[in-house]
Amino acid sequence: MSDIILEMRNITKTFPGVKALDNVNLSVQRGEIHALVGENGAGKSTLMKVLSGVYPAGTYTGQIFYEGQERHFKDISHSEKVGIVIIHQELALIPMLSIKENIFLGNERARRGVIDWNEATRRTQELLAKVGLHESPNALITDIGVGKQQLVEIAKALAKEVRLLILDEPTASLNESDSDALLQLLLQFKAQGISSILISHKLGEVSRVADAITILRDGATIETLDCRRDVITEDRIIRGMVGRDMTHRFPPRDHNIGETIFAVKDWTVHHPAHAGRIVVDNVNLHVRRGEVVGIAGLMGSGRTELAMSIFGHSYGRNISGTVSKHGQAIDVSSIDRAIANGIAYGTEDRKTYGLVLIQDIKNNVTLANLGAVANGFVINEPKEMVEAQAYQQRLSIKCSSILQKTVNLSGGNQQKVVLSKWLFAEPEILILDEPTRGIDVGAKYEIYTLINRMADDGKGVIVISSELPEILGICDRVYVMNKGKFVGELTREEATQEAIMKCIMSQEVVEAWKL
Amino acid sequence: METLKRIFSENIRQYSMLIALIAIMIFFQVITDGALMKPLNLTNLVLQNSYVVILALGMLLVIVAGNIDLSVGSVAALTGAVAAVLIVNYDVNFAVAMAICLAIGAAIGTMQGYFVAYIKIPAFIVTLAGMLIFRGLTLVLLEGQSIGPFPPEFQALSSGFIPDPLGANGLRVTTLIIGALISVFLVFLDFRGRQNQKKYGFAVSPFYLFLLKNLLVVGAIMGLTYLLASYNGLPNVLIVLGVLIALYSFVTNRTVLGRRIYALGGNQKAAKLSGVNTERLTLYTFINMGILAAIAGMIITARLNSATAKAGTGFELDAIAATFIGGASATGGIGTVFGAVIGAFIMGTLNNGMSILGVGIDWQQAIKGTVLLIAVFFDVYNKNKGQA
Repeated sequence: MSDIILEMRNITKTFPGVKALDNVNLSVQRGEIHALVGENGAGKSTLMKVLSGVYPAGTYTGQIFYEGQERHFKDISHSEKVGIVIIHQELALIPMLSIKENIFLGNERARRGVIDWNEATRRTQELLAKVGLHESPNALITDIGVGKQQLVEIAKALAKEVRLLILDEPTASLNESDSDALLQLLLQFKAQGISSILISHKLGEVSRVADAITILRDGATIETLDCRRDVITEDRIIRGMVGRDMTHRFPPRDHNIGETIFAVKDWTVHHPAHAGRIVVDNVNLHVRRGEVVGIAGLMGSGRTELAMSIFGHSYGRNISGTVSKHGQAIDVSSIDRAIANGIAYGTEDRKTYGLVLIQDIKNNVTLANLGAVANGFVINEPKEMVEAQAYQQRLSIKCSSILQKTVNLSGGNQQKVVLSKWLFAEPEILILDEPTRGIDVGAKYEIYTLINRMADDGKGVIVISSELPEILGICDRVYVMNKGKFVGELTREEATQEAIMKCIMSQEVVEAWKL
Repeated sequence: METLKRIFSENIRQYSMLIALIAIMIFFQVITDGALMKPLNLTNLVLQNSYVVILALGMLLVIVAGNIDLSVGSVAALTGAVAAVLIVNYDVNFAVAMAICLAIGAAIGTMQGYFVAYIKIPAFIVTLAGMLIFRGLTLVLLEGQSIGPFPPEFQALSSGFIPDPLGANGLRVTTLIIGALISVFLVFLDFRGRQNQKKYGFAVSPFYLFLLKNLLVVGAIMGLTYLLASYNGLPNVLIVLGVLIALYSFVTNRTVLGRRIYALGGNQKAAKLSGVNTERLTLYTFINMGILAAIAGMIITARLNSATAKAGTGFELDAIAATFIGGASATGGIGTVFGAVIGAFIMGTLNNGMSILGVGIDWQQAIKGTVLLIAVFFDVYNKNKGQA
């Protein structure tokens, strides 16, 4: 196994003012799964853009050898022609087109510009079988789940006769079973001689499937670990990524829990489009002062829908039930009322729902509570600057200044801006939906620390997360949600991964028995 | 020198359109043998093009909020026609008639805004329908005739000048005094802003730059007022324009309302989840546009001294072009009042300069279209360069 398919030598790429990559080396053997890990901003995506020709030859220095030859890729189609296919974190599928149309987009089965749909359908069926997706080639992308969409992307790559597959955070938005299926697929490809480069923040899956791991930090190669020779633990990878030992992945906290400050009773929400469908079914929950409450559950179990319906009825219709704070019913029928009543909701999708990306940090931080920096209707800009700067320092948001546009920040720093916005709104109840999705270990730790601090300040925090270790690591109490219902409530002591899964499974069994 | 270079490169985009405007003015000044900047012509330039500025102010808010309004030309025509029918045919007092027209503009804006904001029909479609509906209603109302002339009080709206009690022969002293007051006020505002920044410990630009900038601004204002003063003085319309520009600059830059409109256009979903009532805000931008269209309609009707069915044709395109030339983004969230006003004056100077040269309406259109494309091309090009 010394057959090297790809070698990148001394790659250096500079942007005006910053050196994004500094003499980076990467060497991938044929038929291996090579993981590329590093904190946000370490240069992983930049390196892959250099490889795939997004940054064309000439805009960087260094050499790329692929299948024994030096290559100078001019653009993506150039690198795809030789079998290098990259699947981006944000899927590049067109929602209103069918699976087969998407698979052959830009690569149409056509003769003189006329598409042979029978041939396309036949090939699509073959490809879907290969990736284990049981869907009609005519199904629309918008009608299938994210996990299946990911498989369609891979089928699309296969259609291009891929030899080196690059996956950028493929499992970031997948649940456990979909992630497992995807990783299995990578192992299958490996057996067929297709190499993969896997970029991931989920170190558990990295150490499970990778044959080699290259660690980047601050634009430089730190080391390449060989997993075939030694057993590589997660802690070992983290040490390489952050440059020191992380003794705790979750910050310690004093539990100082008081009386119940927030309660939701008999909360039922219907689907906004299908009136008859119940998405949240008779949920009861409460939060005490200084408590961090987790909501665990699979994707699609109704967690986000529950949170958004509480936050100003921003999801669903025919909402029934009561919300109370300090024992008194409060009005959450619109978002501004919910905010005025001390509720805040940090979204799971910060780019679409959390930030105004074309605006700077300052404007985003103050958006939800402009009244606090205004005299009447007039914004006091100097005061706004001071407030925003205070949050930038308090949350250590890395930026050139608070006038930097949020679109140019890394994921972790964007998340901190979203958090700043909600802290600035001074809520008593903070609901955080997947607060650490797609961000690196160091930034995660900082966000956990912030959550602790909010609890210490006597606020109530609700954390929704698909990562069970995270829920177990930071929460005082855990609700388990499945199919729109709360199916379990576990204290910190009772909560284990097994206990949570048991709650979910037992409800499945009950339902099966009813049928 | 380094700081100067940095400040220059940071501001080049903001001021590139101003530089373009100055270049265009110099070009016409030279090619028309100085006719462009003659006091009489300068006054005409302001009178002829005031409607573009007024509509561009409303269009800016609509476009920043992520929509568009194609109906403003028709709305201007309709309100002008209503004013004519009321004042000429029914002898209604001109002030009452103007109030009714503003109310009609607001009502039309409310209706269109309601469909866009609450029923979620794309603004392009709603206002395209509005463009046809209100043009049609104008024809119905005027029955194919022109209605005029107007009493002098109403005409004064567009062709009057501010009174000059101190008037010596030749130079209008009141105009110069107002120009001086505005200059002092602007310098004061800039100075206070600078002090405020210092107070909070922010870096400020070097003093000589502050001085240079203010000297240029004061020089431009005093030069302009001197030219106007040596003809008939300040036109009433320019006072209306000045007040509106100041008001909209203030609203967009300094108020909660303005900030929320930018957030809405930048990311509607994020703005909504931050407690911004996005529907109501969209409605407001359309109501505002309707009112400004009514003002523009009355001004051009007063200027032509008659209401015609053809009035206001193509105004929406002038206003939209001015806004985009001024750097607004077609996807929303970006654009400034300053830019839109400069854009409007670029359009106006082109109109006026080419008319002096005797360029036909056919070529005028083609040239204006080309200027729009070039302006937006440079804007996009600069943005891409800024990102790489």
